This record gives sequence, structure tokens and C-alpha cells, in this order.
Amino acid sequence: MVNYVWLFMMVFGILVAGAQGNIEVVTKAALDGAQVAVKTSLSLIAIITFWLGIMKLAEAAGLVQALAKLVRPVTAFLFPSVPKEHPAMGAIVMNLSANILGLGNAATPMGLIAMQELQKLNKHQSDTASDAMCTFLAINTGCITLIPTTIIGIRVLYGSQNPTEIVGTTVFATCCGMLVAVLADRLLRGLYRNRW
Amino acid sequence: MYELINQISRWAIPVMLLVIPLLAFIRKVPVFETFVEGAETGFSTAIKTIPFLTAMLVAVSIFRASGAMELLASWLSPVLSVIGIPADILPHAVMRPLSGGAALGIATEVIKTHGPDSFIGRLVSTMQGSSDTTFYVLTLYFGSVGIRKYRYAVVSGLAADFTTLIASIIICKLMF
Repeated sequence: MVNYVWLFMMVFGILVAGAQGNIEVVTKAALDGAQVAVKTSLSLIAIITFWLGIMKLAEAAGLVQALAKLVRPVTAFLFPSVPKEHPAMGAIVMNLSANILGLGNAATPMGLIAMQELQKLNKHQSDTASDAMCTFLAINTGCITLIPTTIIGIRVLYGSQNPTEIVGTTVFATCCGMLVAVLADRLLRGLYRNRW
Repeated sequence: MYELINQISRWAIPVMLLVIPLLAFIRKVPVFETFVEGAETGFSTAIKTIPFLTAMLVAVSIFRASGAMELLASWLSPVLSVIGIPADILPHAVMRPLSGGAALGIATEVIKTHGPDSFIGRLVSTMQGSSDTTFYVLTLYFGSVGIRKYRYAVVSGLAADFTTLIASIIICKLMF
């Protein structure tokens, strides 16, 4: 699927640029994209290094495992393939909490730590996503943010009478998305298992 | 409620940074050494995401700069307006899963043009806040552990994005 999406964006983009007579934007756009990607990755070095250190401390102190134990009823349902009280669970919960609170800078590194833990449990080849990874990403991409700060800021900037009035509708829409993410994940997991 | 959540967000990380090292110390963990040991792989983890993010962002950048995104949105709009999806929000809907920055830019434009308290302005605000940049998250997270085969993760992610879009439209029509 990702192959098709990727190819479609490349081919369709270049063809449209050619047809509309501005083929020269293609090379610049490609290099700009690469530039942004490398900058993003490099800027991650600092926050990932920092949070990996903190998380290692939390693990050594037994906090991650305690957190994993606390949410076991929910995670046992969502991630049946991950052993109970595995550090992956602690990292997943911390990632989701950070997402909910809108702490993007902490959410990403914790998510990456969760992925590393899940990769240790991956029974497929090391380049293929495991069931638990697919579930985690489905929940993560559909995750609720209680206060969408950025967009509230923009609403204030353009003179909204009630900038936070969209919080309720946002939470409702995310909950619907999250529900479908979990259901779709379950359904597809079953389908893929039968195919393999 | 809003104020409470804001306060929690402000305090969450400082409190964690206070509690975690203290508790580790009480449990006789060598705190400095353990931090350094954990942080060791930070560099390689971040660097590993470069090829994945480059592949994805190059394609997104071409797709956007070439005008292909607007063209696709204009093709889709007659079809989607039949089921009640306003044409003004389509560029945002197409861009939201692909690029966080681009989607935010489009949302800002829409809010500027239509006003933050118009129906379209409220709708696009809801859409921006309620979903994430699915492809960016997938590429980054899978990339950091070297996963190239995403299996069904793209399909479930897009199913969620589409649901969020429809739910945003329905709830905004009901509420505003």
C-alpha cells in the first residue's frame, strides 16, 4: 500500500507539473523535501537522546513496569502478543499520555522507544511490521489530543470570539477515528493472518 | 476543565524529571551512569530515520509543489460534495495525513479567508486538531527500527483518518 501511495505522489506530481508547464519546480521540490527530512531527523537526535536516558532511569527504578501493570486490562486486549508487564507497554502508555496532553516533544521519543521494545518481540523478519506494531501505530495516529494548542493559537490570531469552542468537536471526531482505527486493526489482523 | 488540562500539560514533564531520578536514586540505581547508558543509542536511532523520511517527504513535496494536490482536490470535489463534504476543506483533507506543516498552512489560509467563527473555519479547526500526520508517523516510527514492510498499517491509519474527517463534518453540522 505504501508503495502505491508513494509511486502515485511521485508520478502524478511530475506529470501534472509537466502538463501545467512548470516542470522546473520538480527538482527543487524534491531537494526541498529531502532537506526537510534530514533536518527533522537531525533535530530528533537531541530529544531522543534525552528521553532515552530518562526512560532508562524510569525502567531501572521500576516505574515503566509499574505503569505497564497498571494498564494491563486494556493493553492485554489491545496487544495480546506482548507479554504482560513488558517495558514496551510502559513506553506505549507514556507515548499515548504525552499525545493526549499535547506534549509532542515527549511523545515522539517515547513512541520510538516503544517501537524498539516491540521490535525485540517481533517474530517476523526484522524488516516486517508485527501485529503489535500495527496496533500501536493505529492507536497512535488516531490518538486524542485534549487541547489542540496550535490551532487554538491560530484561531486567536484571526480574532475568534471563542477560540476553544472546537475542543469538544475535536475530541468527538478523534474518538470516532480511534474507534475505527482499533476495529480496522483487529479486522485486518485477522485477514492477514489467514493469508499468511 | 480547559484550564485544568492546561496546567497538567505544563507540569507533567517537570514533575516527571523530578520524580524519576529521585525514585531511581532511592532504589539504589546509579542515576548518572544509567542515564548515559540509555542515551547512548539516541544518535543512531535518529539517524536511522533519515532514508525513510527523505523518501516520504520528497514525494509529498513534489506532489504539493507541482499543483497535483489542488488538481486532485478539484477532481474529487464534485463527487464528495454529493455526500456533503464542502469543497473548501478538500485540500486540507487530502494533505492532512501527508504533511503536518502543509496541512497547518492550508488550515491557516482557510481560517484567514473564511474567518475562525464561520462554519468552514470551525470545521477546518476541528479537522486540524483531531487527526495526525499518519504517513509521517508511520515512516518515522517504522523507520527508526528499520521496518520496510508496513503490512496493513497504512490501511487502518487511512480508515481512521477518513472516519475522523466524516465525524468532524457531522459533529460540526450538529453543533454549529
